[in-house]
Amino acid sequence: MPTLRLTGRGLWITALIVPPLVFMATFVAWPILSALAYAFFDWQGLQRGGFVGLENFYEVLFTEPFATWTRNAFIHNVIVFLVLMVIQNGFGFLLAYALWRELPGARFHRIAVFLPVVLSTVIVGYLWKLFFHPLFGAVNKTLDAVGLDWLSQPWLGQSSTALGALIFVNAWHWVGFPTLIFLAGMQRIPSDILDAARMETESEWVKITQIVWPLVAPSATVVFILLFIGSFNWFELPYIMQGLDGSPFGSTDVLGLYFYRTAFGNQSAGVMDFGRGSALAVITFLFIAVVAAFWTIRLRRREIQL
Amino acid sequence: MTTVTAERSDYYERRGFLGTLGRDGLLQIVLIANTFLMLAPIVIMLFSAFKPTMEIFNSPFAIPDFTNFANFTAIWVETSFVRYLLNSFLITGVSIALILTLGTMAAYAIARYEFFGASYILLFFIAGLTLPLKLAIIPLFLLMRDIGVLNNQLSLIFVYTAMGLPSTVFILTGFIRSLPNELEDAARMDGASELRIMWSIMLPLARPAMVIAAIHNLVPIWNDFFFPLIFIQNDALKTLPQGLTAFMGEYTTNWGVLFAGLTLSAAPITLIYIILSRQFINGMTSGAIK
Repeated sequence: MPTLRLTGRGLWITALIVPPLVFMATFVAWPILSALAYAFFDWQGLQRGGFVGLENFYEVLFTEPFATWTRNAFIHNVIVFLVLMVIQNGFGFLLAYALWRELPGARFHRIAVFLPVVLSTVIVGYLWKLFFHPLFGAVNKTLDAVGLDWLSQPWLGQSSTALGALIFVNAWHWVGFPTLIFLAGMQRIPSDILDAARMETESEWVKITQIVWPLVAPSATVVFILLFIGSFNWFELPYIMQGLDGSPFGSTDVLGLYFYRTAFGNQSAGVMDFGRGSALAVITFLFIAVVAAFWTIRLRRREIQL
Repeated sequence: MTTVTAERSDYYERRGFLGTLGRDGLLQIVLIANTFLMLAPIVIMLFSAFKPTMEIFNSPFAIPDFTNFANFTAIWVETSFVRYLLNSFLITGVSIALILTLGTMAAYAIARYEFFGASYILLFFIAGLTLPLKLAIIPLFLLMRDIGVLNNQLSLIFVYTAMGLPSTVFILTGFIRSLPNELEDAARMDGASELRIMWSIMLPLARPAMVIAAIHNLVPIWNDFFFPLIFIQNDALKTLPQGLTAFMGEYTTNWGVLFAGLTLSAAPITLIYIILSRQFINGMTSGAIK
């Protein structure tokens, strides 16, 4: 009797766990492992050819013109990450701190700051593309209206400002996310610690740097790592606003666009190269995984256990 | 020592009612300025949706005639907007239903039963949280081709379900594990079957966590653009974000219609967000907050 019951329960557990596992194996584990393997093969269109070892990697990293393209895209990803770290996460922290004080209207401000986060990148991208229009866009119209017309310029049409404009739009879209994660971190700080700090000092700066910032370290870890992964996967926003080639003149080209062009082709060259594309995906993936892992360990170490 | 005295004098100057008022006033100004920056683009979008193109060019910030629905009518009549909207509803709905079904099954088994390998299975699911599935798009593309669902909405449903399972299993396992044993044991003593215990006793208790998990996945799936771009070519099957790109290319000079299209696309999720903002914020930041 007990064995029968055990078999019954074993069957029941199997029935519960197998369908989700099969799903994960088929649509996550298998594709990711295949992506690693594909990079080592020669591809003719959609047909897999022979094993070529590290040749695809060598080509995208060291032979021209691929090496220049790869480097160009990678540098742009690094810039995007560093600038967003300051304006998106930095400003997010400031906003979180302001919201945390529960000033009048805090509830409304909290809802407003998170509103763009729920919108699709496609909507946000097109909206700002219209706003950045050199003649009729709201950005230049606003500058004209407040007497800053000398600042009016074709923001998306010139190499010097295009990437900066995209970074600004990304920050507008996502700033609510780090804000609310930092805010949740601040709200978890025990009130007795804050009271003790209040007895010691009245200086806001000391309180932020010595008490709040160290205690929201777990939130900072999450926010930093998510921004890092997001920055090196950047695709939708530059695709919508500047097209597959990262116009003008490759000044907004990033690894995501470059990978897509290589793997699936673009308007000017309809060549699909899955070999070099896979190599780019693997390089990006390994870079993200290694840096994120090391950085997470370092950031976790400075977190304080309450 | 000098720094300490510097801080002391600083402290002395800053304390008091006026100091607090000044600091809070500054923070309040930051908040108001930011909220203005967040909402102004959305308000301009909404205003422009009611204006003819020339009026947008000449007076972009003026309050429009809100009874002028010409742009919206054009979208309704001339484009496949309704089609795209229904496709998005269908794909998001089926994906969320599948995610919750499969996710609950896995989470329930891992959380309520002790069996060999349970912790490894949980680890397998959670590992999926950190893997950007976008980078596996080439194998996914070939896989969808091989199982014959390329240019078929099932391809999107499969990918979204796979994308949603890790976070859902993570959220639900934690919650279901924390549920008390007493009810379960009492029901088992009364001879209830395992299925009945799960369905009638445990799952109703897990409902709050299921709502969180559903919202956590709802927004990224509803907004996704990358996977339809690769998997779907047929116009009749396109999702809302994907259809929007086709539509924006078609009406490049008719800004009134463009803004109306953007407004209509943003409307469903914005309205739900305004009604359920607390649940949305909890859902979307869950997983990032321990």
